[in-house]
Order: sequence, then structure tokens, then C-alpha cells
Amino acid sequence: MEKSIALSMRGITKRFGSVVANNHVDLDVYQGEILSILGENGCGKTTLMNMIAGIYFPDEGKIYKEGQEVVIRSPKDAFDLKIGMIHQHFKLVDLFTAAENIVLGVKQENAYNLKDVNNRVSEIAQKYGFHIDPRKKIYDMSVSEKQTVEIIKVLYRGADILILDEPTAVLTPQEIERLFNVLKRMKEDGKSIIIITHKLHEVLSVSDRVAILRKGEHIATVETKDATESSLTEMMVGKKITLNIDRSEPKNPQPRLFVKNLNCVDPEGIQVLKDVSFTANGGEILGIAGIAGSGQRELLEAIAGLQPLTGGEIIFHNPKKDQPVTFFHKSLNRVKELASQEAFHDEYGNPISFGGMNNKQIRGWVESGKVLFKEDEVMNLRDKTPLEIRELGVRLSFVPEDRLGMGLVGSMGITDNMMLRSYRKGPAGFVDRKKPRQLADEIIRELEVATPGVNTPVRRLSGGNVQKVLVGREIAFAPKVLMAAYPVRGLDINSSYTIYNLLNKQKEKGVAVIFVGEDLDVLLGLCDRILVINSGKITGLVDARTATKEEIGLMMTQTDTPAKEAVPCV
Amino acid sequence: MNVWLNFLIDSLAFGATFMYGSTGEILTEKAGHLNLGIPGIMCMGGAGGCLVLNLVGNSNLPGFLIVILGILGAFFMSVLMGLIYSFLTITLRANQNVTGLALTTFGVGLMKVIFSKLDSVVYLVGPKELYRWPFAGRTDALQCLGVMFFLAVIIALLASWVLFRTKVGLHLRAVGENPGTADAVGINVTRYKYVATMVGSGIAGLGGFYYIIDYMASMEAYLSLEAFGWLSIALVIFALWRPHMTIIGSTVFGFLFSCSSYITNISWINVTMAAKPLLKMLPYIVTILVLIVTSIRNKREDQPPQSLGLPYFREER
Amino acid sequence: MRVKKANAVQEPLFHLAKRSEIAVWKAWVIRLAVILLGFIVCGLAAFVLIEKLQDDPSKIVDFYKCFYKGAFSTSRKLWKFLKNMAILQCISLAVTPAFRMRFWNIGAEGQTLVSVLGCIAVAFYLGGTVPAGVLLVLMFVAAVLCGMIWALIPALFKARWNTNETLFTLMMNYVATFLVSYFLIVWVPSGSSTLGKLNYGKLPSFGHDYLVIILIALILTIGLYIYLKHSKHGYEISVVGESVRTAQYSGINVKKVIIRTMAVSGMLCGLSGFLIGAGLDQSVTTESVGGQGFTAIMVSWLAKFNPLVMLLTSGLISLLNSGAAQISQDLNVNGAFPDVITGIILFFIIGCEFFINYRIIFRKRSQSILNKEGVK
Repeated sequence: MEKSIALSMRGITKRFGSVVANNHVDLDVYQGEILSILGENGCGKTTLMNMIAGIYFPDEGKIYKEGQEVVIRSPKDAFDLKIGMIHQHFKLVDLFTAAENIVLGVKQENAYNLKDVNNRVSEIAQKYGFHIDPRKKIYDMSVSEKQTVEIIKVLYRGADILILDEPTAVLTPQEIERLFNVLKRMKEDGKSIIIITHKLHEVLSVSDRVAILRKGEHIATVETKDATESSLTEMMVGKKITLNIDRSEPKNPQPRLFVKNLNCVDPEGIQVLKDVSFTANGGEILGIAGIAGSGQRELLEAIAGLQPLTGGEIIFHNPKKDQPVTFFHKSLNRVKELASQEAFHDEYGNPISFGGMNNKQIRGWVESGKVLFKEDEVMNLRDKTPLEIRELGVRLSFVPEDRLGMGLVGSMGITDNMMLRSYRKGPAGFVDRKKPRQLADEIIRELEVATPGVNTPVRRLSGGNVQKVLVGREIAFAPKVLMAAYPVRGLDINSSYTIYNLLNKQKEKGVAVIFVGEDLDVLLGLCDRILVINSGKITGLVDARTATKEEIGLMMTQTDTPAKEAVPCV
Repeated sequence: MNVWLNFLIDSLAFGATFMYGSTGEILTEKAGHLNLGIPGIMCMGGAGGCLVLNLVGNSNLPGFLIVILGILGAFFMSVLMGLIYSFLTITLRANQNVTGLALTTFGVGLMKVIFSKLDSVVYLVGPKELYRWPFAGRTDALQCLGVMFFLAVIIALLASWVLFRTKVGLHLRAVGENPGTADAVGINVTRYKYVATMVGSGIAGLGGFYYIIDYMASMEAYLSLEAFGWLSIALVIFALWRPHMTIIGSTVFGFLFSCSSYITNISWINVTMAAKPLLKMLPYIVTILVLIVTSIRNKREDQPPQSLGLPYFREER
Repeated sequence: MRVKKANAVQEPLFHLAKRSEIAVWKAWVIRLAVILLGFIVCGLAAFVLIEKLQDDPSKIVDFYKCFYKGAFSTSRKLWKFLKNMAILQCISLAVTPAFRMRFWNIGAEGQTLVSVLGCIAVAFYLGGTVPAGVLLVLMFVAAVLCGMIWALIPALFKARWNTNETLFTLMMNYVATFLVSYFLIVWVPSGSSTLGKLNYGKLPSFGHDYLVIILIALILTIGLYIYLKHSKHGYEISVVGESVRTAQYSGINVKKVIIRTMAVSGMLCGLSGFLIGAGLDQSVTTESVGGQGFTAIMVSWLAKFNPLVMLLTSGLISLLNSGAAQISQDLNVNGAFPDVITGIILFFIIGCEFFINYRIIFRKRSQSILNKEGVK
């Protein structure tokens, strides 16, 4: 059966600054089909679709609707052309009912006869098999219901091309099945449906054709019936590129952090971490691979004490046996507390108690280096705040994904940002800017940070320099565990290599480095082991020196197959 | 008529001042703008109306025309004030609190300067009877319910109807809740904000005019007006952002504010003078309690509009 | 839908972009120019409102001279100007810590008034029964405590239930006003509700009557500057104000900081109230603070919450007030005229921040060049 073309794009190019998001993409959408757009994070899927939906305007190229060239400048233009997009972040007014949201902005006579609206909504719902109560308020709705409202909103405006951006990311398997049934009915009704996704089994089960994008380029469009998971993965991830990262063999890796059965539920009630367990070793880089939003952020924040958990444990293991106690990360009170628990002994193995000694004497003894730990330190970090973790003496550094919104204070200079984690030190009352200033100068010099001065607000620095400041500070903290989330995102090649080298140096110092990345080539070239996370679950643990991109790609995207046997801790 | 009924009617009449003020403020807040300039706007509304009456009060124009001209004068003067506020906070995205406070400083000051130049014989003595229609000349309490009282009730009901029963109202509430979403579906956010803020200011200004020309009908009335502007802002919270609720709320506030003078007149309640200020404090205490209770209950419908106080700036893409 | 040229993009005539940086001197040139413009508009307003000027337009020179005359022409005026500025400065300093934290406390008026009330209450009840020094200390403690309590009530609800602090603190102002009315009726049996100047609890003075107040304001300015800039508390306030998430990341207890900072704000209001009560009035009325609690918000905001810059902005506002008061006197206008002048100047300064923060970019000429290329 010959189908007519509903929409086609020719030579579409979009640049953001120097980054090319889409490069001469040609794409056709037929009437009455479901087309999947498949690709890794940052391959330009959403950007491409945003140009049809009127969010972006292409730099080059043309869009044709039913053979006629069209110009789409705003979402309104798109609506007028009967194109509607359902974004990942719903655009709904929480306080309104479903019907009110659906009718919002519709320019029609009598549009605010809610009875009519309710009837029409029910009509649409019945036609395609939705379940919806038009009178229900959005804030009372589940994610799936909100998505339904967004879809009906688009249908209500008469759209015949629907674009759904990662529609299944937030849904349960039953909800996904229901959604797919609805989509199939719409297809039978002659509507064209485009799904942006990276989940292979969904692509195979629902779509008629698949268009694969990689690094902004359109690789191929294939009939789904001719495709297999592995053929799609190969096209999606491409050939392996060997990066010139200096990777040393881990020396004597020691277990440093045990994560056991972590479970976490986000404020919307979705379980974002499901029984996550792994061990991070000192002296190696543990990579975490996964599609964006699979729980990486929650995992790192949970370890850092920023994410409330519903279950599980985080055990920090400090190989301190027979090592001297220092005041570097332990307060005098903490040392006294530990002494009362008989945690120390002297160089001859005799237990130490500070009974009858004053603070000065205790200080002197500790500083002489002759107060030794009896055992390795083992601490449970669960339900501890970041401050409590630090007060326990756990040297845990964290380079968060949101650099200026979480890791740094944008309006402050480098010096003041250096103090963020350490300002409590020193005499009571006033902050000491001398040491942070030295540290700032050191980081600027060593990492070649380009900045007008130490007091220039970091917000004004370029992305690479912001990241150098952040990573520099976290490393200066002399961590035992260093977690970095997407530390090279948005950075140019040179800055990226600076960061890789910094992480490698930390590894050689015996730090347990946890690296969350998105570029599989980097993960394979930099890490020692790679943990794969998929929808909040660990789906695999591989040796980075032997694993292939396809192997990891499959673990990142498959959901139907049971999780691969997690390799036991080294 | 018995004393309690008089008392109720007086409370209603007094409350109309805040009914105007808070209905206007609700419209503004529903567009996402906390307008602390309402006291200044109400003052200038009073000044604008009286300024017009000062011109036409002695003329041979028919009475109803004088009444309408006065109302229009009050309305347009307040719309002008609203325009200053709108331009600064919507177009220039200035801090709403600071702009509002500056507007109040300006409005209260300018009103006093204007009134020092008006002739109370012209703007007040003649016209005030006209505004008491249809009950002018009666000797009972009903005489204080004039046209502007009924106008206040009508405006409050109308505002509720527009806000909660029409498309325009739906769009306006969307703008105040989530301007990004409103923008995405093609609603002109800036236009809605301007119109709501200016119409709201116009309505609030009528309250000031009503207070001076009708309820108090005295040449010193303008000196005590500012306080009732602030009370109007309190009433918005009490009414949970619903204009029709201001009818009840303003009566309660009017009751609490004026009952001190009634109570001391009633022999069987033995209240000292000192209770007066405590009674006047009650509207504010009640408002605080409402604010606390609604924040603890955290019921979504009773919260301030979500983007209240935040400037909207569509990011350039 | 007809065929359209893809590159015939209809770009709006101009669009706005946030400036990333503006030279400090440029910003100040803009501000000064705008203030000058404001003064010109004030002159125009004066023409409309002042008959004497309409009769004799050359008097406009006198109009502007009054700003100098009102504040600096005699030493008495100068002292008065400095005193007004000092009090305004103190209250502006008081609101600043909370604002730096983005806690919109607009209740300084009430917090200060309650402090005046507290300190006068101590003088009223204990005056003459305890030594003068002790009395002063007690008045001070009462003022600071009252201010603190008045500020803490909304802060606690904000921290616990996220109760809207702007509306809450606004309401607290009026509760304070009527509390004062209440005590005036209780304390003044005659029914006049005017409390005469008390004979007790006067802040000792040296040099000039106002010198102590001015010195305290100066010390407080420097002190708060150091507190905000160099203390650990000040650092925490800045981090919380910038981003709550960053604050949590760095281990700051956000609720604690909110409550502590509001306590500091309230205590500073208390100190201001003490200066008004013990240093100036030895009495209390509902107008003891006279709207300065609101003016202080604008002063603090105009100074970008920097205590040192606040000396400039509080000076400007005080100058406007004393100048306009002089105008009222010399040119025979209503005593509320200063508020009109202040309002106009404020509108201009508020508006000009936009041109400092945003850039207006007109439709690019490059677009038309592109079109031409398209024709080729």
C-alpha cells in the first residue's frame, strides 16, 4: 500500500554557537505511520523535532507539509499546520482541570463552554481509548494522566502529526502498553506519529519505521520489520573511536565504598533507584553508563547525603588500620569520642585512652603521629547530611552535574567558591580567605583557568573554566572518594583532556573515582570497570578494557531481558 | 430600626471601600503581580474623582452625569497609576515590592498635595448627596448605601464571574499561575498582565473615591485613607483570591473596624476605650491566621498564584 | 499555505538579552543620568503643583536651590539631615541581611515600632525606680527582644510551612501599630492618646545631641558590612540567597540560616527602635517610625544590599526629603510634597536598573544581508 508523505525535512541544519546539533538532515514522515527517532543522548533528536514544533528555527533547510513548503516560527504556527508536540516536561497549569488545560489558548467561538469541552474531550478519549476525567485537577494526576492530557490537548487542536518526546520514560510497563495501544489507534485513524526514544524494544514493538540519528547526522531510516536490536544498536553507537587517554593499570585496588540495595523514590512518587548495589574500589575509575535520567543523579546525590532513601545502605570503608590519626579531617572532639570507644592504640599495640589529659596534651600526642587506628574505619553514610558526613571525617568529593546551580555559587568569585566546602574551618565567627585565595591562585595556575581575576563571578567564565574550578576544588579536598557527574559535558577537547588527566591522577593516588558519563568512547577509554544503569536498575558491570560499545548500548536500552549477572566485587 | 441592623448596614457600607480595593488587587495578583501600590492608587483614585468634581461640582450638569464623571475621574486617575506600575514591573521587570512601595509613597503624597488645592465646598458638599442615591434624604441607616456601594458589589461579583467562568479569566489565571505555559499556547502574557493590572488599579481607585465622597463624606477623610489600602491587601488573603468572597470579608472587616464605636455605645457591654485598638487589630490577626492555616493545610486552590512576585522573561532561544 | 522563503524570518524589531557584564563606571553614569532626568521631571511636576512657580517661572532656580538649602545651609539643618539619614540608614541595614537571603521581609516598620514601644514601656514602668544606666540597658534589651520576636514569628512559619513571608510581615506592621494605640490609651488616662516626653531613659549625648546616633549608625554600617562580607554567617546568607541547592550541597542548614538571619534583622530593627525611643523621642506614637520601615526597603534595594553603598542611597533619600520639605516651606505647598519628589526619583532609579541589566538588541542588519545572499 502506497502511503502519502505527510511531512518532509530537507537539509535541516541547526547550530548552537559552534556546536552543530543537526547537520543536513533529510527525513520523511508518512501519513498513518509510527516513526521512531532513535539515537543516543545529545544526538540531536529533540532539537530536530523542536524545529517542526516551532520551538527552534532551522539555520538551513526546508520543511514541507504535504508537499508545500512551510515556515514554522512558533508553536502556534505548528498548531495551525496541525502539528503538535508532547514535550518531556509537561506544560500544564497545575491548578486547572484537565478540560481547562486542554481548552487553554484555543481560539474558537464559545470555547469556554466547559460542558462542550468535557463532551469533546470524552469523545476524543473514547475514540482512541484514553481514560480521563476532564474535571480532575492536574495536581491530583499521575504522570501518565498528565501525559494523556497533553496528548488530548494536541488532538483537541486538530493535530494530525503528533510528536512525542521520550513518552515512556516516566511510565510503568502497563501504562506504556496502554499508550502504545492508543498510538496504534491514532495511526489507524490516519495520523502520523513520531516517537523520540532510545529504547530498542519499544522501537521494535510499536513503530513502522526507525530513523537513526548519531551526532546530529541522519544515519539511516529502516523498516522496523527488517531491523534487529543489534543492527539498530550498531547504527546508533557507531564504530568505536579510540581516544588517546592515558590509562594506567589499577594498583592494588581496595574496596572503599559499598553501596547496598539502594532504593529511592522521587517527589512525584516514581521509583528512581531500584536495589542498586555495587562496590567502588580505591585506585580505580568506576564508570557509570546509562541513558540520561536513568537514576545517575539520584545515585550520586544519595551517596553525597542529598537524597532521602527508602532503603539500602552506603558503607564507607577507610583502610586506616595501624595508620596515625590526624586532625586533617577529624576534630578534637571526634578524636576524643573515638578514643573513648577504644578505637586507637599506640605503636606497641597498647590501647590508648586520653583519661586525665587536657586538650593540649591530647593534641600533642596525636600530632606526634603515634596514635594509631586499631581497625579500619567502617561508617554507614545512610541518612547522614553532607555536613555530618564531613564531620565523620569521610573525605567524599562530589562534582555535581549542575555546576552553577549546585556545585558553585555563580555570583561569587573563585576564592569565595573555594570556601564553599571548607568555610567552617578556622577560628569561630569569621571566614579566612587567605587559604582559599592561595588555593584559587593555585588552581588558576595549575589548571590554566582563563579568568580576569580571582574575584570575577564564576558565572562569567566559560563552561570549561567553570568545570576546572569545580573539579579543582573537589580534588584539593584530598578525597578518598571522588564522584563526578558528566564532568566533560559541554567542554571542548582540551578542557576535557585536562579533566581526564585530573581524574587519572586521583586514581593513581588511590582515590575511588566514580565517573558518570554519556559518551561511551570516553567511558571505555577512561574507566577500569563500567557499571550500566537502566531505569534505576543496574543491568550490568563490565571490564572497560574488553567490553564493546554494542554490549553496553544494549544493556543501557534493553528492558525486557533480565539484568545481566552483576559481576561480584573485585 | 434596631441597633444591630444599623450596625450591619454600616459595616457593609464601610466594607465597600475594601471591597473595591481588594477586588482590584485580586485581579492584579491573579496576573502574577503583588501590587503594594494599592494604598497609593486608592488615594489617587480619591484625588482624581474629587479633582473632576471640583471642576463640575458647581455646574448645571444633571446629577447622574456628575456622579458618572466623578467615578470616571477616579477610575482613569487610578488606571494611570496602574500604568506606571505596569510599565516598571512588566516591561522593565523591576522588583514588584519596591515599585509598589514607591508608588504608595508617591500616590499618598500627591493626593495630599492635590487635596490641599481643592475646595471642599465644591467637590464634597453638593455632590455627596448625589452619590447617596437612591436612599438620599432618608434618616435611617440605609442612607449610607449609595450607588457606589451597589457598584462595588456588582464589580466584585462580575470580577468573580470573569475570573472563574470565562475564557478571559481562564487565560488570566493561567498567566498568573504559569506564564511559560500560557505563552506556549499562544496567550499574550504581556497584554494580559497590563490589562489586569490597570483595570485592577482602576477598580481599587474607586474604593478611595467612595470612601471620601460617600462613606465618610468629610473633608478630612483623605487623611485616613492609606490605612484602608493596606487593609484591602489583607482582605485579598482573607478572601483567598476570590472576588465574591470580598463581599463577606469586607463586611467582617468593616464590622471589626467600626464595632468599637458601637460597642462603647451599648450600655450592657462594659468595654473600656482600650479595647478599641485591639478590635481594630483583629482584621490583621485574622488575616495572619488565615495565611497560616492555608499554608499548613496547603490546599492548592487557596494558595497565592504560583508566579506571584516573579517577573516573566521569555528566554531568548 | 503558500510557498514562503525560508530565510524571510520575521524577527521582531528588537529583542532583549541579559547583559553578562557592564563596566561599573558605565552603570553609575547611567544611574546619575537617570537621577538627573528624574530631577528635571520633578521640576515639571513642581510647575504643575506649585502656584508660585506658575506665577514666576524664574523661581525654578530657587526650587532646585532648596535641595541644598534644606540639608546644608545651616548647621542645625545639617545635623537634622544627618540624624534623619542615620535613622534611615539603621533601618535599611536592618532589612538587608534578610534581603540578601531573598527573604522578602517588608515588616521593618512594625519590627521597629514594636521595639520603640518595648523600650518606652520599660522607661514608663521602671523610670525613676532604677538607676539611669540600668534603665538604659533594660530599654535596650527590651527593644532588641521585641524587634527579634516580631521578626521571628514570620520566619518560623516560613521555615516550617513555607508561609508567604511578604504578606505575613506586612500584616505584622499593622498589628504593631494598633498595639501602640492600645498602650497609649492604657498609659494616658486623659484620653488624648498622646504620651508626653518621658523624663527618663534618655540616651546620653556628647558634642551634639545627634552625634551619638550618627556614630552608632556609622559603626553599625561598618559592622554589618564586615558581618555580611567576612563572617561565616554572612557567607552562608549569600549562598542561601543564591541557591538553596548549593547551600544543601555545601552542608548548610537552610532553615537554621533563615531563622537566624531574621533574628539578626529583627534585632537590628530593635536597635533602630532603641535609637528612636531612647535617643530622640522619649515617647512613642503610632507614627514613631513614620514609614521609614518601608523607605528602608527601597534604600536597601537601591544599594544592591551593600551597607556601604547604602550610605549613598539613604543620603539621597534624606536629601530629597529635607530639600522637598524646604520647598514646601519656601514655595508654600503641602507638607506631603517631599513624598511626591521621592516617588518620582524612585520611579526613575527603579526603571533604570533595567537598562543596566538588559541590553536592547535591534533587529540585526545581518538578516538583510542574508536575504540579499539568498537572492543570489
